[in-house]
Amino acid sequence: MNFFRVLCKRLLLSLITLWLLSLLVFAGGQLLPGDVGRAILGPLADARAVANLDHQLGTDRPLLVQYWDWISHFVTGDMSMSYLFRAPVAPFIATALMNSLKLAAVAFILVVPLSIFGGVWAALHVGRALDRIISVAGLSATVLPEFVTGIVLIMIFGVWLDWLPIGATWPEGSGPLTQIYYLILPSLPLVLVLFGYIARMARAGTIEALDADYTRTAVLKGLPRRVVLWRHVLRNALLPTITVIATQVGYLIGGLVVVEHLFHYQGIGGLIYTAARGRDFPMLEAGVLTVGIIFTLSTLTADLLYSALNPRIRFGAVE
Amino acid sequence: MSAAPTAPAADALTVSDLELAYRVRGHDRQVLRKLSFRIGRGESYGLVGESGCGKSTVALAAVRYLPRNGRIRGGQVLVDGRDLFKLGDSDLRQLRATTVSMVYQDPGRALNPSLRIGRQMGEIFALRGIGKAEAHDRAEAMLQRVRIADPRPVLHRYPHQLSGGMQQRVAIAMALSIEPKLLILDEPTTGLDATVEAEVLDLIARLRGEISTSVLFISHNLAVIARMCDRVGVLYAGTLVEEGATRDLFNDPRHPYTVGLLRCLPRRGRRKDHGRLDTIPGFLPAPGSVMQGCIFAERCALADDLCRRVEPDLVDLGGRHSRCHYHDKAPGLPRATPSDMAAPLAIAREQAPVLTVANLAKTFGSGLHRVRALSGVNLELWSGETLGLVGESGSGKSTLARVLLGLTAPDSDSRVELDGKALPGSTDDRNPEQVKALQIVFQNPDSALNRSHSVKGLIGRSLAKLAKVARGDRMARLVALTRAVRLADRYLSVRPRQLSGGLKQRVAIARAFAGDPRIIVCDEPTSALDVSVQAAILNLLADLQAERRVSYIFISHDLGTVRYLSDRIAVLYLGRLMEIGPAESVFNGPHHPYTEALLSAVPAIDGQSRERIRLEGEIPSAINPPSGCVFHTRCPRKLGEICELHEPPLLASEPGHEIRCHIPADVLAGLQHIAVDEKRFPSRLPK
Amino acid sequence: MSAPAETAGAADSSTLRTARHDRLRLLLRSVTFLAGMAIVLFWVGCALFGARLVPYDPYSGDLLNTLGPPTADNWFGTDQLGRDVFSRVIVGARDILTVAPLATLLGTLLGTALGLMAGYFRGVIDDVLSRIIDAVNALPLIIIALLALVALGTSNTTVVIVIGVIFAPIIARTVRAAVLSERELDYVGAARLRGENAFYIMFIEILPNIVPPILVETTVRLGYAIFTVATLSFLGFGIQPPSADWGLAISDSYGLIDGGFWWTVLFDAFAIASLVVGVNLVADGVQSAFET
Repeated sequence: MNFFRVLCKRLLLSLITLWLLSLLVFAGGQLLPGDVGRAILGPLADARAVANLDHQLGTDRPLLVQYWDWISHFVTGDMSMSYLFRAPVAPFIATALMNSLKLAAVAFILVVPLSIFGGVWAALHVGRALDRIISVAGLSATVLPEFVTGIVLIMIFGVWLDWLPIGATWPEGSGPLTQIYYLILPSLPLVLVLFGYIARMARAGTIEALDADYTRTAVLKGLPRRVVLWRHVLRNALLPTITVIATQVGYLIGGLVVVEHLFHYQGIGGLIYTAARGRDFPMLEAGVLTVGIIFTLSTLTADLLYSALNPRIRFGAVE
Repeated sequence: MSAAPTAPAADALTVSDLELAYRVRGHDRQVLRKLSFRIGRGESYGLVGESGCGKSTVALAAVRYLPRNGRIRGGQVLVDGRDLFKLGDSDLRQLRATTVSMVYQDPGRALNPSLRIGRQMGEIFALRGIGKAEAHDRAEAMLQRVRIADPRPVLHRYPHQLSGGMQQRVAIAMALSIEPKLLILDEPTTGLDATVEAEVLDLIARLRGEISTSVLFISHNLAVIARMCDRVGVLYAGTLVEEGATRDLFNDPRHPYTVGLLRCLPRRGRRKDHGRLDTIPGFLPAPGSVMQGCIFAERCALADDLCRRVEPDLVDLGGRHSRCHYHDKAPGLPRATPSDMAAPLAIAREQAPVLTVANLAKTFGSGLHRVRALSGVNLELWSGETLGLVGESGSGKSTLARVLLGLTAPDSDSRVELDGKALPGSTDDRNPEQVKALQIVFQNPDSALNRSHSVKGLIGRSLAKLAKVARGDRMARLVALTRAVRLADRYLSVRPRQLSGGLKQRVAIARAFAGDPRIIVCDEPTSALDVSVQAAILNLLADLQAERRVSYIFISHDLGTVRYLSDRIAVLYLGRLMEIGPAESVFNGPHHPYTEALLSAVPAIDGQSRERIRLEGEIPSAINPPSGCVFHTRCPRKLGEICELHEPPLLASEPGHEIRCHIPADVLAGLQHIAVDEKRFPSRLPK
Repeated sequence: MSAPAETAGAADSSTLRTARHDRLRLLLRSVTFLAGMAIVLFWVGCALFGARLVPYDPYSGDLLNTLGPPTADNWFGTDQLGRDVFSRVIVGARDILTVAPLATLLGTLLGTALGLMAGYFRGVIDDVLSRIIDAVNALPLIIIALLALVALGTSNTTVVIVIGVIFAPIIARTVRAAVLSERELDYVGAARLRGENAFYIMFIEILPNIVPPILVETTVRLGYAIFTVATLSFLGFGIQPPSADWGLAISDSYGLIDGGFWWTVLFDAFAIASLVVGVNLVADGVQSAFET
């Protein structure tokens, strides 16, 4: 009952968010540039050519009409034509999304166990040298731009040690293992970013749970340390961490512009970069909105996961 | 004294010469000093003291669960004859699993929020090798033992699905599951409503009769300790200053601190026209400060050179102890505050009241989630009088206060009149005179005083905005006002967090008086304060009222303080006025059954039992209030169907005293007459 | 008459330390804060005086000495136009340390105002703002910045505006949360009972109490701003050539590392890394000093 209410409310809020997002993307793609045709052809182009292009693209129509035309087609999967490739946008997005998913999966599998273990371990040794090292290293890893860590990793593992391929694009027809092999180096900058973030959450949650009264109750019951830790501390400590992880799925799929560009990988981020460089607004809008949808969905999942795992939400207080 | 290194094996707990410190920013702060006491088999020992005296640290030391920065610097703690701080990890675990258990404040946080009650109780039995099915049965039996009528569904609940009182019962059941030799109760009822507190205390008292466990009971509440314990130790700044049998200690205290504490309490029906309460001057020494001589000397009227030089021992006075050089003179401790008080105001009830409240209602939310926080409240308040407002939490006391002040707008058909003129619902719509007329002293000065502003700024702004004092005159008025609340001038430049709780509350009071208000709402103004500070604040409020003829609406859950300050009392239940009348009539009865229950929930410091009526369960939700008389679901004197169907009117039992009950006042008097005689609430003149 | 209680020796001078001094002392004792501060101050020094101190003109190259490895003359080697990498790394602090702090400042000002209003007035303003925050947060910073910069065209000014405007709702969320908890405190009620207006309550009563979380948020945001500006420059949408900029330099040269010309990017990468880590160490220090 309670959970159902939470579900409905979240769904509704997500829909509103998505709608606002579409406005935002529309504003970015068709409102801010003013004259789209001018923006594509550049300042030196002939006014007639610009007007022609505007008409051809439909950008000389009223804004509301344009918005409605765009969004109503978008929801049916028709993302209009790419200026750059002179072809429908949707297939590009689909392929790119698939590629991004692969990269995200590799990064995810690497980072989750590592960072939770690191965070909990640091919390259990709070204040000691290794806790400090994990904390400072984690913080540094999280705040470094991916292209910086990426470059350094390429130099170390790709050039000097020559262990891993520099580019992410595997030879045509490679099996899954080869694909993963090619994806390890590109996923490492992502792992670094997420490691610090998740480990910090796990550490803070664990410290809070360790200091909680219910942990004291458990210890004073005379329970073995292992039971106290697993049943009482971690169960409560990792709940917020799980939501953070779920939220990060969005980042992992959509936030890869830099990494995909750096490793010449045709994921959704790489596609957005290409579209941005080529001022290919339909492609750019579709890519950005897709990323936004994935983000919103992963936040929604995180919220629902939290509600489902948290008995205080699952079962409201009895009256 | 009991500090012998080899304690008799019979003792449940022996603490000897315990020295404990917390390490804060590289410095050790001494929390417990040379602390020694013992608890015999089956004995109930109370440890009482004001906040910051180290009583909770004692509890944590007794189970060896100190904060990370806590360290033992000397002495030892024996639990059931075993030296706690010499035990290995597994022995310590064994001891906790079999011998000692603990219940503490805030049961909502003591239980794991993500495990069902059955699981949390079951793991105690699992630890002793008991199988799942039997563990379940045993858990059920334990819940029955703590008087949970229907334990089976409770086992399947999560903690947040239980009320505070239920949670504490579960915590007690868990603690008793191991049949401990020593049970530590650290403020187990603090934060619970008085009626629930009474129930939990009853339960603990009854269980003590059933299980021969020793108890260490820790509380700031002298009356609770008096009721629950055989022997009492008084803790001051981490030192035991007095110890003895409960009755001896409370009736004939031998340490100036104990004497002072007891005098601070408004008890035995004491009222403001009986004179001021006594106070304890000065402040608790800062934690970690190095002291020479007696730790209490700075605040003691008996202190002389000897006290300041030589630290007194805990002197044996034949079965009791006092850490005072002049323990024989302690009972005659000179008063710190003179008793004389300006003549109490005569209240002219023939004149029109200052404030008239008619049909006041406040509904929160809308649709299905409508909460009637207040309904049909009628009140009058005359100039210079104090109207006490009592009721459990959820009764609507604070909502009434906020509505009167205009911080929350009442429902549209409510009428509030100031001096016969309608008062707009929101303070934003009131004219400056009206805004000025109603002010408040909040419960928690930390929240009520802006921490970024200085004392001068806090009071000065009120003088400027409310009293319209011109800039040039402001300083003089400011100083006059701070002196009126007995606040030294040097505090003007400091910020609130540098002041103690009592000083902060004085600043808040000065601010409330800045605009010469007609009415001040005092919303639990002393409940966040220690008793010694509370007495000084109550005195101040009474003095200011006599000087300035202001009216108070005084909200408190502590009936002793309400009685001390109030001329009339209104009793609220679920947002409805159940009883209103002169303070003495309301206290002496006949009174509403709810008032009766509230009164019998208060433990008396004399430790004498009296006829009690107890309420079942907790205040119902205001979303879905009971039909008829809202109190019928819990009323011990319920008549029958009439109570379920018809809401009784407020009927006068005597002039000015109205009761909302179907039972006529004379019948109530008859029902309560027996109780009234045994109840120790005759108004007694001060000694 | 007078109660000796409150006039007797009370708070001595040692307890009259102000909270502010306590925090400052905590900060100055924090190793993380001091280390971070040292790094940041070094780069601020480079940004201010670097142009006058460097051995070579960072903008003109020696076409006879392109892609030269580090030597005693060119400590960090030369780039593909023969410009001295060391000089360009030192001078490269200037643009990023102008753009990022300005963007942060803009975001903080806007965000504080928005957050104060949303938190204090609640209702419609709050609902609308919360949804906008959700929408902005549904996109990675880089992507939304990319979109805006493609639309508006790239210059240092647009970068400042775009990052500032994107930061505003994020900072507003922090400010709003702080205001919401302050609003529950009774001093707000006390102010209303004095007849204070909403502006007085927001700016004189509440604002001083939420400076700590704003300060923490601002330092954290500064770190993100540097991150974002560097990344945008790397992608070609941030600081534009011919300015000496680390992200830009890496973007120009990272194709060369396979050929062994590591010096053309490594020093720039270290420069970015040190600045970002430095700012975040400062933020971490500020955070732990203000949250105890």
